[in-house]
Amino acid sequence: MTNVISEIKKDFIYNLLIKGERIDGRSFDQYREISIERNVIQKAEGSALVKLGSSQVLVGVKMQPGEPFQDSPNRGVIITNAELVPLASPNFEPGPPNEVGIELARVVDRGVRESKAVDLEALCIEPGKKVWIVFIDVHILDDCGNILDAASLGAIAALLCTKVPASRFGLGEDYFLPIRDIPIATTGIEFSDVLMFDPSVDEEAIANTRLTVITTASGNICGMQKSGTGMLKPEQVYRIIDIACEKAREIREKFLEA
Amino acid sequence: MIAMDKTDISFFKDGLRLDGRRADELRPVKIEVGILERADGSCYIEMGGNKVIAAVYGPREVHPRHLQEVTRAIVRYRYNMASFSVEERKRPGPDRRSYELSKVSREALEPVILTSFFPRSVIDVFVEVLQADAGTRTAGINAAAVALADAGIPMKSMISSCAAGKVADTIVLDPMKEEDNFGQADLPIAMTPNGNITLMQMDGSLSPDQFHEAVEMAMRGAREIYELQRKALVDKYSQMVAEPGKVEVHASD
Repeated sequence: MTNVISEIKKDFIYNLLIKGERIDGRSFDQYREISIERNVIQKAEGSALVKLGSSQVLVGVKMQPGEPFQDSPNRGVIITNAELVPLASPNFEPGPPNEVGIELARVVDRGVRESKAVDLEALCIEPGKKVWIVFIDVHILDDCGNILDAASLGAIAALLCTKVPASRFGLGEDYFLPIRDIPIATTGIEFSDVLMFDPSVDEEAIANTRLTVITTASGNICGMQKSGTGMLKPEQVYRIIDIACEKAREIREKFLEA
Repeated sequence: MIAMDKTDISFFKDGLRLDGRRADELRPVKIEVGILERADGSCYIEMGGNKVIAAVYGPREVHPRHLQEVTRAIVRYRYNMASFSVEERKRPGPDRRSYELSKVSREALEPVILTSFFPRSVIDVFVEVLQADAGTRTAGINAAAVALADAGIPMKSMISSCAAGKVADTIVLDPMKEEDNFGQADLPIAMTPNGNITLMQMDGSLSPDQFHEAVEMAMRGAREIYELQRKALVDKYSQMVAEPGKVEVHASD
């Protein structure tokens, strides 16, 4: 799964970095261009194609009635899955999800779940018997770095345009899925004491520490995940959180609160 | 965090928690080193109601061989819960949660392991949760770090792990089951004794200020655990030195 990067390129990135520059000319906390296209899949209840620079992630939401969990009889169910299909990167292989795919899906899920973005009680059809199951399926199409932020963005964007297919199941009129919050995931990487946001695939390959921070509209933190085999000092964590909150607010205002 | 509406639960009584602890108090910790015969290193830990065993095998040959790295040892970590470790029987075998926990736990330990000493080999860490009571990943990491030391794996430092949580808008150390299930946030961390963070996860809801408070509390907890890990290791090996023959020393098999 690991990206191979040549020593020469690594040196090049490092030498730029100590001058305060990045390979694509961005500042350390600058995101690549973001675009979100909604309802690209008509067969899905909601969908979004997110482009983050050249990274492309497609998220589809499907819904169907099903049984609730025993410990939450009057709540709907969210199931998040991610497919790192081999067309998206030379490092992805066919087969069941590996730990990278599972981690990605679980962090996307954490954002949606912990922010309480979806009103699960509103998804109860018959307490204890029948509730709506929301399947969030993340399909990575082109991994040019930071697919986690793109996938999280795609998930909430798709949920925001999801229509509950009530009529198909004889449960009345279709209606928009009630969404109460907009969680945004922001990922920073650490490389020789420099913190960089929205890493490209080469930057991901040289950094061995990544911290993803998910924030809600109110500016609270609702999820975090450190990943990779490096260490972070508390001050670095606090700094990542400060920038993450600011970036998340910008992204939320610009793309999702329209 | 399972969102269950048990708002009627009161988490504090006379300023103390359900089990009588203060907000910044750990549950009782018990650490035993070298409790398994076959493993190269092992550790049994109890943290409150958690009972966890960790074993280390290696450095040893890598199977399958295509996984081997020419410049360093690879580290594998398997977190596994016994089916009887939780209230409702858990289906045996790995699930998505255990895959994720295995990954982040491995990444919590790998930064301190001197893997470049053992190219083309593997260091296997196996963690079995025998009884779970919130905080199994932190208990597993604490046990695994001691087991690595017990196996004689060269490490830059110890790793200690502890969680902080939020219940009834109060930050608490080392949440137990009730606080985890019905609480508002959970923040497990792992770190070196000098405060380099190697694991950090969070779910729930924390304001940036609460986050600071929780991180600092979890770090204090981890430091306390570090002292206990250190003592457990020193106790075992000083006993070996003081009374040779009393403690079994395994010849390499």
